[in-house]
This record gives sequence, structure tokens and C-alpha cells, in this order.
Amino acid sequence: MGRRILFITTDQQRYDALGCNGGSVARTPVIDALARQGIVYDRAHPQNVVCMPSRSTMLTGQHVSTHGVWMNGVPLAADAPSIASDLRRAGYRTALIGKAHFEPFIDPFLRFAENRIGSAGLETEMVVGADGLPTPHRGFEHFALATHGGVGPFHYARWLREKNPAAAAMFFPVLDQQLQVNAGGGGDTNAPQVKHNEIPREMYHTEWVADQTIAWLSSLPADADWFCWMSFPDPHHPWDPPKSELGRVNWRDIDLPPGYIEDASEREHVLDDKPLHWRLWYDGTFVSNYEAPAKWVPKTLTADNVREINAMAHIENELIDEAIGRVLASIDARGWGDDVDVLYTTYHVDSLMRLPLIWRPAASAHVAPSRVTAPVGLVSLASTFASIAGLQQPDYAEAARLPHADGEAGALGHERVLTEWDSVLFGKIVGARTICRDGWVCTAMLPGTVHDGTEGELYDLVNDPLQRVNLWGDSRHTAHRDALLDDMWSSLPTRVLPLRPCDAPV
Amino acid sequence: MGSVRRHVHIHRDPDTVWKLVGDLARQHEWFPLTSCRVEGRKRWITLPSGITFEEDIITHDHSLRRFQYRMVGNPGITAHLGTCDVLDDGRGGSVVVYSTDMEPEALALVIGGAAGEGLAKLKQMLEHA
Repeated sequence: MGRRILFITTDQQRYDALGCNGGSVARTPVIDALARQGIVYDRAHPQNVVCMPSRSTMLTGQHVSTHGVWMNGVPLAADAPSIASDLRRAGYRTALIGKAHFEPFIDPFLRFAENRIGSAGLETEMVVGADGLPTPHRGFEHFALATHGGVGPFHYARWLREKNPAAAAMFFPVLDQQLQVNAGGGGDTNAPQVKHNEIPREMYHTEWVADQTIAWLSSLPADADWFCWMSFPDPHHPWDPPKSELGRVNWRDIDLPPGYIEDASEREHVLDDKPLHWRLWYDGTFVSNYEAPAKWVPKTLTADNVREINAMAHIENELIDEAIGRVLASIDARGWGDDVDVLYTTYHVDSLMRLPLIWRPAASAHVAPSRVTAPVGLVSLASTFASIAGLQQPDYAEAARLPHADGEAGALGHERVLTEWDSVLFGKIVGARTICRDGWVCTAMLPGTVHDGTEGELYDLVNDPLQRVNLWGDSRHTAHRDALLDDMWSSLPTRVLPLRPCDAPV
Repeated sequence: MGSVRRHVHIHRDPDTVWKLVGDLARQHEWFPLTSCRVEGRKRWITLPSGITFEEDIITHDHSLRRFQYRMVGNPGITAHLGTCDVLDDGRGGSVVVYSTDMEPEALALVIGGAAGEGLAKLKQMLEHA
């Protein structure tokens, strides 16, 4: 028997959402305890800022330029490397429970395995692997799929329709009649993508993901090694937690988050110091990606909207924390407690890109708790899982495992973390490349619809952690900026061409 | 309006390619559909998810090797024109171009993706026949 792996992901959760990272709204005692017992990464960035590319990086251990999922709607190649496949070959039982999203959601042609598996109510789909032998899709022998609501082909939606046919309509409708991301609002303040959801808590997807995880783990023999990816769809928009839970956080009682600039003129001044797409998006005149509601104008957001959305997200964070507590209790009850590594992170976050990332090694591994300030990325997860299982770093993986402490970060190559973002939507083209190292974050905009390739952002994270003062054009920092850019361009992998086609909006 | 275009080069002469592409009742053999039914200037296609679309055949020109169709009778689709052209590449082969212009624009991407898969299968079918 080896060390088992519980990989927990949330979706679009801020670094400071958790108590262990300074959060003061949501109560997250279970995750905070994992942080106390393990390693907390204080500067973790995703390798892409939207779902499908970021998820693909977690599974493949590759940067976006290599795995090729360069924006949402671009499916990860069916034969792409998968750390789950490696673990399964090493004898691990494997499951992905919750949101997968390596493949597009909108798929009436059922071209993609996730949608076929969900719509047929299957556990997985067998394919012929590189070795010519049958292997489950992406290495997972068990899928129980869910996403942000109660519609669609996935297992959760099917289960919900069976339990309560009216329940799907209780969620906020993610898409509108034109299949655009819904710009509608609700709640007390008509906040975008907010709804008071009548669904009973026990039928909410957070509970279902935990229940399914517990059920799958319960099905395993006591001596099984296992890798379970428990993937919560929350607190990604829409924000529609069960109405019964709204008393947990009253939006009227909470402060505005520190990153929000309440004064409109000051806010717009800060935006105007950033590359042009920021202000154009804020004004509602340039929507370059599908994920944001195209008909919604960000500058119309009120301070009370922000408070209410923040409260809803934190309610969802508390539900996630409690759900994790139930799963960990079930693991302890099986007698596995000392031999389970828990990794906790999220797919992507806001424009600051700072993720929560926690690794609680199995007690049997005797790894000392620490906080790591070195820059790390989700690209290191695949190698980390391999190291836990006693495997060599996969030859396809582009980063070493996560460090146990700052002292070994340099030796493992954790000097910088890189992020790529590209979006092409019906002729509107935006691209960015970011490096974070030595307490600085620097983003270069690629030539596109509104940029000529000379724009960018440069922030001093020590003195300006909220990234309000863009030093890109400040001549006192030109040499440092250019050194960062040189390092970024020389560190990014060469982009695999031709680009994989975008097969759906999301 | 969402506008997408996919194409493929096939090492077969245009007449051979058009023989299959221009047979509108056989599109499910190479496109990710489960069935096609043609009656006069109407066609009904069924997707693997079970959804059926009704289409008006706008152009079916054997000399031009062009097929154009429009999805109709679906209140969720406010505009649509699909075009499939088989072009002579001048070297004994063909280029097949599949274009979609539609509202909701999000669906144009989805059909574009299906067209990409369909064209790849068309190439495989014809070049390995």
C-alpha cells in the first residue's frame, strides 16, 4: 500500500477566501486545519486564467502552449498525457467526481467523452491507449460529473431530475435564450448571476459531490491505493447557494473586499493605467471572451452588488469546507487517515491570479508544515502526484513537484511561474503572457484587436499587493521589466502548432 | 452573427468528393449525425443527443458543387446559413469548405467543431476507400 491522494479543487476561489490565508468572512476550519498540518503556498498562480486550459494543465503537468487547450471550447486531445493514467498503471484506483471540463460543455453532437459518459449514465468510457491496451478515458475508471446547475447531460443533473424534476429550474440559468452567458441578476440587489435558490441543501451540487466521493471511497477495498479528484463547481458564478444557507453571511454586514475600489473615478483611473482591454470591457464595449455575460456592463456593478456576490461566494465556501469535513471523516473511518495526502486548490481566480494551494502530506510521510513563498503553479501538480505515489517525474511534465519548503524551491526550479491567456471570439483577439518572480508580476499583451504588442502591466507585489499602480511605463523600472520579459520569453515552452481548433464557446 | 469556417484538403478529385458530399441524405456517414432524411427541398437531421433539426435546402448545385441549407422551425435559432463547397485544388485534389453563419453565435462554434470532425472523417473515408 502506498499513499492515497485526495485532490480537492474548487472553481474560481480567491486566495484570501480561506481563513488560513487571512480570510475573515467564510469560516473554513477544515481547510484551515489542513493548512496547519501541511504546506501552504502563498504565491501560486494558474497557467491559464479560465477553466479548460487550467484544468488541462493540472492533468497533464504541461503549460498551455504544450497541451494546446489555449481557450475554453478547445478540447484537450483525447490522447493527451494524464497523470491519472500513470497512477492507474501504477495500481491506483482512480476517480474524478464533480466538474471535469477538459472538453466543451455545449455538445449536442455528443462528440466528447465527458458528455457521452454523463448522458448515458456511465462510469467511464474505454479507449485504446498508447500501448494498444484498453484504458479508461483520461485514466479515470470512475466519473461522477457535475457542473454549476441542474441542466445538461451530467450525472448530477440526471440524478437531480430523478429526485426532483422541478429542482433544475431552481438554479440560476447559466445561459440565456441566445445561449449567451446570462446577464440577468437577482438576490436582494439584482446582482448579476445571483439567485436565491430554493433547492434543499442536501440536493445542492456541493453535497452531491461529497456524497459521491464518500460512496466511491466506500466501494474500495481497505488495501486499495487510490487517487480521487473531488472537484467542486463552486464558488464559480452563478452564485446561487441554497436559500436555507443565506443566514450564514449577511451581505449587509460585510465590508467591501480590499481589492474593490468603491469610488468610480478612482477605479477608472486605475483601469486607465492598465492595457486598454480592461477599460473597454469595463465600459461594455469590448467583450473578447464567452465566459463573461456579453450583455452585462461591468461599470454598472454597485457596491451592494459586490457585497452580495461576495456574501454568496463565501456561503458557498463554507458549504465546501463542511463537505470536505464529511469526506475526511469518512476517510478516517476507513482507517486511511494517516496515509492520505490531501491537495487543495482552485482552477482559476480573478485578475490577480493568486490561488489558494495547500498540500497536506500524509502523516506517514513526516513532512514538516511550512509556508512557501516561492512562486509555484498548478503545472507542478502532476509531478507532485507522481512523487506521492513513488513514481518518477513523468517525462511529459514540464515542472517539478511542489516544494516542501522554501529551502528546496530553488533546487526544484521554482524561481518563476508563468501564465498564458488567449481569447479569440469572432474576430476579437486578446492575448497575454505573465511572469511572476522575485516579488514582481509582469504581463505582456500580445498584438491583437486592441493591442499592438507594446502594452503591459508591471506590479511590485511587496509594496502594491493589490496591483493598483502599473509600473510598465515607468522609466525607473524599464530595465527590470525587460529582464523579467526576457526571462519569461526564454522560459515559456515553444507553442505547439497548429493551434487546436475551438469547437464550442465553452 | 457568428461566422465560422472549416476546410480540409482531400487527395481525391472533386467529382469523387462531391458524389458523397452532394448526396444530402448521406451526410450522417461523414458528419457526426445519426440520420438524415431528405424530402424535396426539405431535410431533417438527427444529432447523437437525439435533437432533430429541420432544414430548408437553399442551394444544391452539382455543377458548382455547392450545398447550402438553412435551419428552420426552431425558435431558438434566429438566423442560419450553412454552406459546403467542394473546390478543385488544381492539382487533381479537392478542398472542401464548410461554413456556418448563425444566431445564436455560440451555436456557430459548435457546428464549426462538428464540421471539423466531419471533414476529417470525410478525408479519411475518401482517401482510404
